[in-house]
Amino acid sequence: MISLAGRDILHSWGKFVLTGVGLGLLIGVTLTMAGVYRGMVDDARMLLNNSRADLWVVQQDTQGPYAEASGIRDDVVRTILGLPGVARAANVTYLTMQVRSEAADVRAMVVGFEIGQPGFPGAPGYLVAGRHITRSHYEAVADVKTGFALGQRIRIRRHDYTVVGLTQRMVSSGGDPMVFIPLKDAQEAQFLKDNDAILNDRARNAANPGLNRPGVPGLLEAIQASQASNHNVNAVLVQLRPGFEAEAVAEPIRRWKHLEAFTRAQMEEILVAKLIATSARQIAMFLVILAIVSAAIVAFIIYTMTLSKIREIAVLKLIGTRNRTIAGMILQQALGLGLIGFIVGKVAATFWAPIFPKYVLLEPGDAVRGLVAVVVICALASTLAIRAALKVDPAAAIGG
Amino acid sequence: MTGRPHMVEPGIRIEGLSKRYGEGSAAVDALKNVNMVVAPGEVVGLIGPSGSGKSTLLKCLGAVIEPTAGRMVLGGETIYDNGWRIPDLRALRRDRIGFVFQAPYLIPFLDVTDNVALLPMLAGRPNAEARARALELLNALDVGHRAHAQPSELSGGEQQRVSIARALANRPPVILADEPTAPLDSERALAVVRILNQMAVQHQTAIIVVTHDEKIIPTFKRIYHIRDGRTVEEAGQGLSV
Repeated sequence: MISLAGRDILHSWGKFVLTGVGLGLLIGVTLTMAGVYRGMVDDARMLLNNSRADLWVVQQDTQGPYAEASGIRDDVVRTILGLPGVARAANVTYLTMQVRSEAADVRAMVVGFEIGQPGFPGAPGYLVAGRHITRSHYEAVADVKTGFALGQRIRIRRHDYTVVGLTQRMVSSGGDPMVFIPLKDAQEAQFLKDNDAILNDRARNAANPGLNRPGVPGLLEAIQASQASNHNVNAVLVQLRPGFEAEAVAEPIRRWKHLEAFTRAQMEEILVAKLIATSARQIAMFLVILAIVSAAIVAFIIYTMTLSKIREIAVLKLIGTRNRTIAGMILQQALGLGLIGFIVGKVAATFWAPIFPKYVLLEPGDAVRGLVAVVVICALASTLAIRAALKVDPAAAIGG
Repeated sequence: MTGRPHMVEPGIRIEGLSKRYGEGSAAVDALKNVNMVVAPGEVVGLIGPSGSGKSTLLKCLGAVIEPTAGRMVLGGETIYDNGWRIPDLRALRRDRIGFVFQAPYLIPFLDVTDNVALLPMLAGRPNAEARARALELLNALDVGHRAHAQPSELSGGEQQRVSIARALANRPPVILADEPTAPLDSERALAVVRILNQMAVQHQTAIIVVTHDEKIIPTFKRIYHIRDGRTVEEAGQGLSV
């Protein structure tokens, strides 16, 4: 027996291919949406991997430093280092801001880390160009997605920095590329007030009789000095000695140091299940809507194609064609359309994914799930046309 | 056929066939006690005005609607007998009845050969055997040279010859032709009638041709007039075509 569906597709291949391309672009968008979600999850995991930490010590009752603001004193790191099981610990600051350059502003996460100790938690992992930061101030290492070049001058708050190294796949959970600068500079950028505000505060303190007492020399100067300096960081990243359980080290930090400590699993839970949960639901809604739209398009196309063949279907039924042969023809056409659409969609998504500003991760598993969904959607969409075809009266082929 | 006498009778035999649409006061008797006999190898005409019951009779014979009463025998097999009907109407239409329509209604996405070979394929014949049979018929009908053409590439006369080949593909004992010459000019219409007569004799097929076509009515040796659901038989001229 010949394939009626195959012959029909070959006969009107132009219409089929054009329709398949249109459907394919829609499927491509659907696959890309799934890729955007996968990219967000992967960015979150990369953020954790690149920090090279086993524990994140943050302000008590916060879920910082990525999901919430956290501030702890920078000398806490010394206390942490004294705990059993802690191999290395380092202060770190994170600040998402506009980094200015001559060309344009770039949305970036500025990371302050303790320089001079390669492999330390919080430091940029590997460079694709240039060198690591060696000076204590005004040097930066940037992710290539910032678009900055080696030697370029960038401005962060009140100071200019020279880009001395470029790294790759160092992004925040929101997909913003990272710019690494020395910790002291980052603390200043994050916490220090501008000159006008400092002058204003000094004047207010001097006018305050409680702070500027004639009988207590040096009090006002001490207060002014404390307000003009900053010793806060967002978190302490901790690496453990081999053989120590993260939870076992975290527990005394929580109990005795009045800080919050998250293990890798807990931090991943915060990033994936909480921080990007709303975005994930948003994308899921898009996926559902796109699936419904795809189903409606396939159903409409197959239905109109079937209606245009009503007379032929009546003849086929009159000359003894089984209902299942006719239903099979329509089903195969719907699946053929879906297959063309899927191939076009997969190729389109593969080509346009790298152009997206945020990371789009197209996983083979998602492609397989997408193919299964397309097959199911096309099969369901063809039922309307099959129902119409099976209702055709073979008598319609005879007489008036 | 379980429980029914298997009567071997030739061609087409219709006895007391009636068809009523609707019920009660709204009932319409489309066919009233129709009797008709067509021998194998014979081509008879069925003529009548619009609404006389021609299409209803053809649909009853084509096993697409069920009569209200009477008896129908096609190719020696009783297909309807006062409320009883053969169970597998689809197989009956496929294997024992050939259809030729007013328009050829060829399947546009199959080439000429496969349009004809489709019926044997549907009957379970191997593709090669079905295509060989199709080519044999197409050659006999003088359209063998268009075997690989698409239906849209054929002239009206060629399309109608292909549809006759399709009707003959499963060697049915009966062919029902519904105004097969309507879209054709005189020359092509007479050519179609000549082919039907040749095929009837050659394949010992009983053929009923429903027609309004004045050009071909004289070519039938026997004609059934149908008016108000009743048939009247009369001799035709049976002119040589």
